[in-house]
Amino acid sequence: MADTQTTFDKVKKIIVDQLGVDEAEVTMEASITDDLGADSLDQVELVMAFEAEFNIDIPDEEAEKIKTVGDAVRKIDETAPKS
Amino acid sequence: MGLLDGKTALITGVANRWSIATGIARAFHAHGARVAYIYQGERVRDEVEKLAAELGGGKAYPCDVSSDKALAELAKNIKNDYESLDVLVHSIAFVKKEDLGGKVFATSRDGFALALDISAYSLIGLTNALVNVLNDGASIMALTYLGATAIVPNYNVAGISKAALEAIVRYLAFDLGERGIRVNAISAGPISTASSRQVAGFKGMLDKVGASAPLHRNVTPEDVGNTAVYLASDLSSAVTADVHFVDAGYHAMGMFTEMPKA
Repeated sequence: MADTQTTFDKVKKIIVDQLGVDEAEVTMEASITDDLGADSLDQVELVMAFEAEFNIDIPDEEAEKIKTVGDAVRKIDETAPKS
Repeated sequence: MGLLDGKTALITGVANRWSIATGIARAFHAHGARVAYIYQGERVRDEVEKLAAELGGGKAYPCDVSSDKALAELAKNIKNDYESLDVLVHSIAFVKKEDLGGKVFATSRDGFALALDISAYSLIGLTNALVNVLNDGASIMALTYLGATAIVPNYNVAGISKAALEAIVRYLAFDLGERGIRVNAISAGPISTASSRQVAGFKGMLDKVGASAPLHRNVTPEDVGNTAVYLASDLSSAVTADVHFVDAGYHAMGMFTEMPKA
């Protein structure tokens, strides 16, 4: 298990860079589409950025379940890095 | 001494660092080309400008390829800034998310028209707008995919658009042959990009293709970029109207141990 706070900070930075939102808007509860304004391409790009940053593989069916920032952080923490 | 020294290329379809067109731009720069870009919409402007600078410079123009006015404006800008073009790379496609899964017969008329306009007609529109900016002997290439001629589950209307695109490549090759302009398609194997991952079940297919291909791997934007350099260069001086596979040989397979999951 990774350190959730560290994961959150990295996820926050990726989301701020990708979506151009304020850091303060990126909370664990924030909805990636409704609150942070991501469209379908943004969502895929975010997942790809998470995969690259954390060296993990997030299958499509798991990616579709990521609705909030917290969902992303939890999914990243429970996914083992690729060997 | 680069294979593309002195050549100017316009590359479409750079949206982010994963785009196939980004791999092509990187390879073109490595071989000495000057590169310009177009992008669709404000959404990707910052990203494309940042990538253009990182890759070695070059102008990035906003251009909605569904607008004839925007295409005419692009031709004017290219003429002002670069005078002429030696290479045009078409790496643009768009299909509504709901049309990248489910039944092809459920595709709406609007969804079909949009997919064909952005993914196929845009090559005609770009060529028509740029025909007087392209030098004699120029090279045009379009990115296509096996789903144009074979069934790839969920690729659906995207495959139908690619079939049209490949036919357009052949007819343009005939039209422009008298000027020595070559027109080809690169049929790349599946690559994980923000666009391809909109296709339902994409990652599962990627694993199966990599395991089944004669080279036992998937391909990268760098693989495609290397072939694009060949097609852009004088090394391919008699190659036109062709669909060239860069797919680790997968297109020649006739049997698989497992079929991809839907």
